[in-house]
Amino acid sequence: MVNLKINGISVSVPEGSTILQAAAAANVEIPTLCYLKGVNCAGSCRMCVVEATGARGLVAACVYPVSEGMEVQTNTPKCRQSRKMTLELLLSSHKKKCLSCLRNTSCELQRLSLEYGADEDRFASAKPDTPLDTSSPFLIRDNDKCINCRRCVAACKNLQSVEAIGPIGRGYAVHIGAAFERPTIESNCVGCGQCIVACPVGALTEKSNVDEVWKAMADPDKKVVFFTAPSVRATLGEEFGYPVGTNVEGRMVAAIRRLGNVEVFNMDVTADLTILEEANELVWRVRNGGKLPMFTSCCPGWIKFVEHTYPDMLPHLSTCKSPQQMFGALLKTYYCEKNDIDPENLFVVSVIPCTAKKYESGRPEFRKDVDVALTTRELARMIKTAGIKFTELPEEQFDEPFRIATGGGAIFGATGGVMEAALRTAAHMLDGKFEVLDFKEVRGTEPIKEAKYKVAGLTVKVAVASGLANARKIMEDVKAGRKDYTFVEIMACPGGCVNGGGQPTLSDSIRNSNLDLRALRAKALYTFDKKTEIRASHDSPTIKMLYGEYLEQPGSRKAHECLHTEYTARKKY
Amino acid sequence: MKGQNLGFQGTPEQEAKLKKVIEAHASEPGCLMPVLQEAQAIYGYLPIEVQTMIADGLGVALSEVYGVATFYTQFSLTPKGKHRISLCLGTACYVKGADKILAALEKKLGVKCGECTVDGLFSLDSCRCVGACGLAPVMMIDDDVYGKLTVDMLDDILQPYREGKK
Repeated sequence: MVNLKINGISVSVPEGSTILQAAAAANVEIPTLCYLKGVNCAGSCRMCVVEATGARGLVAACVYPVSEGMEVQTNTPKCRQSRKMTLELLLSSHKKKCLSCLRNTSCELQRLSLEYGADEDRFASAKPDTPLDTSSPFLIRDNDKCINCRRCVAACKNLQSVEAIGPIGRGYAVHIGAAFERPTIESNCVGCGQCIVACPVGALTEKSNVDEVWKAMADPDKKVVFFTAPSVRATLGEEFGYPVGTNVEGRMVAAIRRLGNVEVFNMDVTADLTILEEANELVWRVRNGGKLPMFTSCCPGWIKFVEHTYPDMLPHLSTCKSPQQMFGALLKTYYCEKNDIDPENLFVVSVIPCTAKKYESGRPEFRKDVDVALTTRELARMIKTAGIKFTELPEEQFDEPFRIATGGGAIFGATGGVMEAALRTAAHMLDGKFEVLDFKEVRGTEPIKEAKYKVAGLTVKVAVASGLANARKIMEDVKAGRKDYTFVEIMACPGGCVNGGGQPTLSDSIRNSNLDLRALRAKALYTFDKKTEIRASHDSPTIKMLYGEYLEQPGSRKAHECLHTEYTARKKY
Repeated sequence: MKGQNLGFQGTPEQEAKLKKVIEAHASEPGCLMPVLQEAQAIYGYLPIEVQTMIADGLGVALSEVYGVATFYTQFSLTPKGKHRISLCLGTACYVKGADKILAALEKKLGVKCGECTVDGLFSLDSCRCVGACGLAPVMMIDDDVYGKLTVDMLDDILQPYREGKK
C-alpha cells in the first residue's frame, strides 16, 4: 500500500494506483473529460490536472501514479485556472447549439463549464461547419460538437474490437471517423451504440425516431402498439430520478399508455418464444449432427459483427429471429388476422435498450414488421414531452394477449440470461423430469463464463460472453479448435442489454465511481425472475396459446416462416 | 471518400513486393510505419486498396492504418504525377505572393493542391522552404528550381514538360 495525502486527507491505496483513484478513496472528485472507467484512460484532455509534490508543473491525475508520502492538491487556483482555460479552448471550436442538443443537461462539457465559470466566447474561432453523418439508421455524428476525447474510439476498440472509427489527420484538423472518411453505414460499424454512451457531449447521439411515432399516433387510420424489451424496465427509472437498478415496469406501462391511444405489450413474451425455438433448434442440432457450437442470435450488434468479421461462421448462428423481430412478425400476421386489422394500418413500436435494433428493424428481410425501434432514452423523452408525471403514476399491467411472460424472458436483458432461460427449456426438452431452474454459473458480469451440464446423458458445454472483444476471443478459440462448446450466448454490449447503447446516459461522476452499474441493473431483472410465478419459458400460458392458435409447435413450418431468418456475409471493412 | 480516385492501377509485381514487405515486418511490434513507407515507395502513394492489404496483412484495423497515413505528411493518399510540382509556401515566398502562384497553378492544372492531374502528368503540392528565399517565390518541378515567379511565367515553365522535352 502507498500512503499519501489528497488535499490534506490521508489515504492508503494499492501500489500502482493513480492520483484519480486515490482521490476517490479520499472522497475528492477530480473533474475528467477524456477518462471513462473501464473504457479510456489517455491523460489527454488535461481536465484532471492537479499539483503533486515531486512533479514538475501540473500532472494529469487519471494517469499519474501515486508514490509514498506524496501530497496532492486538487483545488488550487493554478488547477482551477488551467481547467477553466482548457474548457474555454474546447468551447472555442465547439458548436454551441446546446438548447436543441440531445445531451443538453447531461453533457459533461456543459456541466464542467458551469462549475468552472468558463466563458464560451472567450476565444473567437471560425464557425465550425462539418456536415452531420446521418448515413446510418442508428446514429448521428456531429463532429462540430466533438472534443476529440476519443472515448468513442476506445469503446469501439477496447470493448468491442470493432475499430470502425479512429482519429483522422493531425493537429487542429484531427477528427474522428471511419477509414477513408466513409459514412458510418458504409463502414464495419455494428451499430451497438457503445460509442454513443461513451460520448461525454452531443457529438454522438442515436438517430431519433420519436417524431415518426408521434405522427403515427396522430393518424386516425393507424393503430399503434408498443412493446418493451426486458431490460427497459430496469433502466427507464434512471431518467426519472430512481436509483440505478429500480424495476419500474408498472409505471413504464402506465406512462406509455398515457402517451395516447396505444396498446402496450410485453416483449418478454417473444423472449420466451425465442427460447422455445432456439432450444428446439439446439436439441435438433445436438441430435442430428448440426453445426455446433450454436450461437445465440438475439443481439443485432453481434449478428452484424459476425456478418462482417466471421462470414464463414454464419451457419453457427441460430436461425431464430431476435425477440424484437419475432414480435413484429407475430403482430403483423397473427395479431392482425385475429383482430381483423390491415397490417398496413398497424404501426409497431418497439422500445429497446439498443441502437443496433434500429438497423435490425430496417433490414430488408424483415419488411418493416417493426415500424420504429425506440431506445430507452427516446421513450423517456416522449414521456417528458407528454407531461406525464412518471413518479406519480400507478403501476399498471401490459395489455392482453401479450401480457404474461416468464422470469426466463425477463433475464434476457442481462449477460447470461438468454443462456439460463434456454437451459431451463432445453434441459426440459431433453429430459422431461429435469427440474433445475437456477443456472448460477452463467450469471454475473464477468466477460466470459463457462459451464458444463449433464442432461439426459449428454454433456452440454456452454459459454457466455458479452462485449464483442470477448466474443472475438470465443470465436478465435472455436475456429482454432481450442474449445468445443455446444452452445454459446453472445451479447454485443458489455454486461448485456442492461448496458446497451440505447440506455440512459449516466453522469461521469456515477460511471467513474465504484458502483457496478451493470450488476445493479441486472440485479433488478434477476430479482424479478426470482419472484415471478412462472420461470421457465415453456411453461408460459401465452406461449402455449401462440403455438396452439397459430404456430403449431416449435420448429414447425409456420414457426419457420414467422420466426426464423437468414444472414448476409458482409465486407470486412 | 477522401483522396482522389483515379482508379487503382496496381500491378501483380507491386502486390508481390508489398506482400514480401508485410511478411518481413509482420512480427515486429510497431511495424506499421515502415510498412507504410515501403508501400509508398512501391506504389508512389497509399490508396485504399494498398491500405486494406496492409491492414489485412498486419492484422491491424483499417481505421488505424488510415489514421497513421493521414497523421504524417510524408504519406500521400493521392497518386503523384510524372512531374512533381512543389510550391514553397514558407514565410518569404508567401509574403512575395506564393498564394497567387498557387491559385494560378490550381487553375491551369485543374487540380487542388495535393492532387494529381487526370492525365497523370503533374501533381501539385506545397512545401515549407527549399532554402532559396532570395529567389522567392520559389517552386520546384522534379529537381529543377524556378525562382522569382510571376503568374505570367507559369505557362512557359510548364510547356516543356507538357511537350515531353523535360
